[in-house]
Amino acid sequence: MGLEMFEAFSPWNVLPWLVVLACCEASSGVNTSSNSSALQTPNAWFAASSSDPDERISVFELDYDYVQIPYEVTLWILLASLAKIGFHLYHRLPHLMPESCLLILVGALVGSIIFGTHHQSPPVMDSSIYFLYLLPPIVLESGYFMPTRPFFENIGSILWWGGLGALINAFGIGLSLYFICQIKAFGLSDMHLLQNLLFGSLISAVDPVAVLAVFEEARVNEQLYMMIFGEALLNDGISVVLYNILIAFTKMHKFEDIEPVDILAGCARFIIVGCGGVFFGIIFGFISAFITRFTQNISAIEPLIVFMFSYLSYLAAETLYLSGILAITACAVTMKKYVEENVSQTSYTTIKYFMKMLSSVSETLIFIFMGVSTIGKNHEWNWAFICFTLVFCQIWRAISVFVLFYVSNQFRTFPFSIKDQFIIFYSGVRGAGSFSLAFLLPLSLFPRKKLFVTATLVVIYFTVFFQGITIGPLVRYLDVRKTNKKESINEELHIRLMDHLKAGIEDVCGQWSHYQIRDKFKKFDHQYLRKILIRKNLPKSSIVSLYKKLEMKQAIEMVETGILTSAAFSAAHQAQRVQGTKRLSPEDVESMRDILTHNMYQVRQRNLSYNKYNLKPQTSEKQAKEILIRRQNTLRESMRKGHSLPWGKQAGTKNIRYLSFPYSNPQTARRDLRAAESTDDDSSGPEFRPFIFPAHSRSGSLQERRQTQDMIPMMTLHGGGKAFSYSHRSSSSREGTGRGRSLALRPKPLFHVDEEYESGEQTEEEASAEGSRWTAQHRYSRKHHKSHSPLLQRK
Amino acid sequence: MGSRSSHAALIPDADHIRRETGFSQASLLRLYHRFRALDRNQKGYLSRVDLQQIGALAVNPLGDRIIDSFFPDGSQRVDFSGFARVLAHFRPVDEEDSRIQDLKQPEPLNSRMNKLRFAFQLYDLDRDGKISRNEMLQVLRLMVGVQVTEEQLESIADRTVQEADEDGDGAVSFLEFTKSLEKMNIEQKMSIRILK
Repeated sequence: MGLEMFEAFSPWNVLPWLVVLACCEASSGVNTSSNSSALQTPNAWFAASSSDPDERISVFELDYDYVQIPYEVTLWILLASLAKIGFHLYHRLPHLMPESCLLILVGALVGSIIFGTHHQSPPVMDSSIYFLYLLPPIVLESGYFMPTRPFFENIGSILWWGGLGALINAFGIGLSLYFICQIKAFGLSDMHLLQNLLFGSLISAVDPVAVLAVFEEARVNEQLYMMIFGEALLNDGISVVLYNILIAFTKMHKFEDIEPVDILAGCARFIIVGCGGVFFGIIFGFISAFITRFTQNISAIEPLIVFMFSYLSYLAAETLYLSGILAITACAVTMKKYVEENVSQTSYTTIKYFMKMLSSVSETLIFIFMGVSTIGKNHEWNWAFICFTLVFCQIWRAISVFVLFYVSNQFRTFPFSIKDQFIIFYSGVRGAGSFSLAFLLPLSLFPRKKLFVTATLVVIYFTVFFQGITIGPLVRYLDVRKTNKKESINEELHIRLMDHLKAGIEDVCGQWSHYQIRDKFKKFDHQYLRKILIRKNLPKSSIVSLYKKLEMKQAIEMVETGILTSAAFSAAHQAQRVQGTKRLSPEDVESMRDILTHNMYQVRQRNLSYNKYNLKPQTSEKQAKEILIRRQNTLRESMRKGHSLPWGKQAGTKNIRYLSFPYSNPQTARRDLRAAESTDDDSSGPEFRPFIFPAHSRSGSLQERRQTQDMIPMMTLHGGGKAFSYSHRSSSSREGTGRGRSLALRPKPLFHVDEEYESGEQTEEEASAEGSRWTAQHRYSRKHHKSHSPLLQRK
Repeated sequence: MGSRSSHAALIPDADHIRRETGFSQASLLRLYHRFRALDRNQKGYLSRVDLQQIGALAVNPLGDRIIDSFFPDGSQRVDFSGFARVLAHFRPVDEEDSRIQDLKQPEPLNSRMNKLRFAFQLYDLDRDGKISRNEMLQVLRLMVGVQVTEEQLESIADRTVQEADEDGDGAVSFLEFTKSLEKMNIEQKMSIRILK
């Protein structure tokens, strides 16, 4: 109880502290920067006591200017992080408003502090800092975490909507505003067409991913999700490209000189910039994937390679005036597939977390700059311009959404409903991108820059706060889910059963897509690319799940708490007890319903989910393990008693036969359970990982050793830990029909079903190698060899 | 993976299956490709092992039962028509279908009753047409986490049977089952969009 109060109390406690801290820092900054002679004061004090002021060594010195910029930046980031912690402590808040709201508020707070204390020289963002340091991490992160399979399946729609939508928005808003500016009454007639077009292009840069977290639980279907994600991905790139082209146009002083030739050149440049960027990105992606092939022994530099090559692709593209954003995105997408297979598990985790961290820091800084410039004197307010900007933003977005989707629906197998389109329209929230572009407008070319900045800020504030907060309830309303009705226990049980059933059948159906192209690419990938880019020692069919550690402790606990004892199953064979109908009080029923609701297993979420600011921990891992252990146990029990599921007898007998073989090679139990292909584990949805223990070796030299090591644990565990024999049983069943022992030793790709062969992004398997390594270690350290060192040192 | 052709002509009994299941040509083709992909050794039928290798089913609490539902009557193989027949239960219900209710024709596989029958058989393992208390208990046990004690499970099972049982025989017959779910939108719950 007290702890809860404490928890609720602490974020509010912390903030004032920080404000105080920031004030102190700001005021000290003020003191030193505004009055440079203050620096001399301590010296002077010491000097006063002697006659030679220059030859005294001062004991205390204050040099704030030296550390000012990094110091303040660090404080800002820390402040934002603490605010985020507070934000997440109150569980419901992330569902009420997008996290961008929070960041903007923090920015405004810092801005007001700086303004209030008349800090003269806060760190400012300028063009090179933004484009070279702040933007790449954001784009890299969104490219890396993009689920590629749905992306490529919907790529036509995404390009159509993202590309064309951005263009329509930009030109539409620009042109409408130009017409507004022509009206003399508003006092805006000095803004000519190009300026308006530029403004249109920068204001149309949306950041819809920010609101995804808000309506995540409404279970957005995959297509819709991909649309939003894809749009976010392309949008930044396109608006920056447009921005640059239009700035180049503006620099040609007299815009009356712009001829159709120039316009055509502009369009051609647009295409070249886009495609060239992608091309560069792909090349760099392949190079880095190739290099990670050789980094087995120094896995510490693997994240470095990934980041450096991505950044290099950005810079190389920018050198040639190609689109760095598209380059880095393409690099991330290409690289991800192969890198994930090559790098070690810890490197993979590092890469993911570091990427999230970098992008979150960048975004925080941009929002803080935004806050700083909000509170200040650099504003120009013009009612007409700003109101019309807001209005036109919404109108043009609505037009582009409904028109473009109407067209693309004609060609889609699964058209988007009006509800989906409305959600897409409403998620057009502007973000850090627009502000940055507005802020970086060169003042020389845009005498009315302040007006633009003010208008951009208004749009951002409005969309983030108003739309961000209302989109959640709106989506839930549109979903029309009957959550209020109290269902009877019967219904709840049956509903859950049907959900599981449906999920299961969906898995049987697999993913349907444009088969031919995907198959062709897969074939090409298999034959050529993988041979070059993937490490040799990985077995051909291995899809490495890179960060799911097997929790030995949990498995041991489960066994020990006795849930897997046969007592639970003997009840199944009891004679039916005839029970009189008991009268249950409503409280009993209520408690039963609660028990059911809280304890029934969740249905596997096939839908994607992505959180821009956080990597969610896997909550359903435990559930999956329980299911698997229990399942394994059921089968073993039923085999023991000679009674299995009514029509599963033959499977049972096969298992018995194999279990009696002590030497079946666990190596072939490589990919026992490949959880489904659809969801991206990075998306951090509520996925689960199957609990498997295949002893899959990753390096050839360890193969022999591992075989012997793991075989024996299998034997010793046979009677005891039921959990560990799981892989044994499944390995035998995987053997297929009656293969002999000799064949078992041959490494054989087990899973060669095409659509299950998605690359690392789509697999949810346990870290086989790690798991088996742990088994081997644990068993071994107690009994047999001492040859763990190669295993231990592998990382 | 073998010869992949997009000719519907290669599907055995295509017309018969289409009539029985109501799938469109395109869907049937996709199902056939999936069938071929699951059928590892190109045997022409699917065995339990093939279905067990779908990883996601292993972590589905009802995975085993779902697999078993593909093999009715204890057979060990399912050919393509059987495969399609099972999946046909999950076809979304078209509004037009329900209007053109020809009494002479058998009910389409994706009708509400048939969907419910399919779900019913997941409970009723011994196929006696009734869900006994024991069978309910077994299903509950599969679907609930390990924190729930056996007594709680038993009382929940009792309550479930009790709520639905009308004629007092201690078991839930199919009609009682359908009655207890009459308010639920089965057509939507047990339909898979891509199977249209």
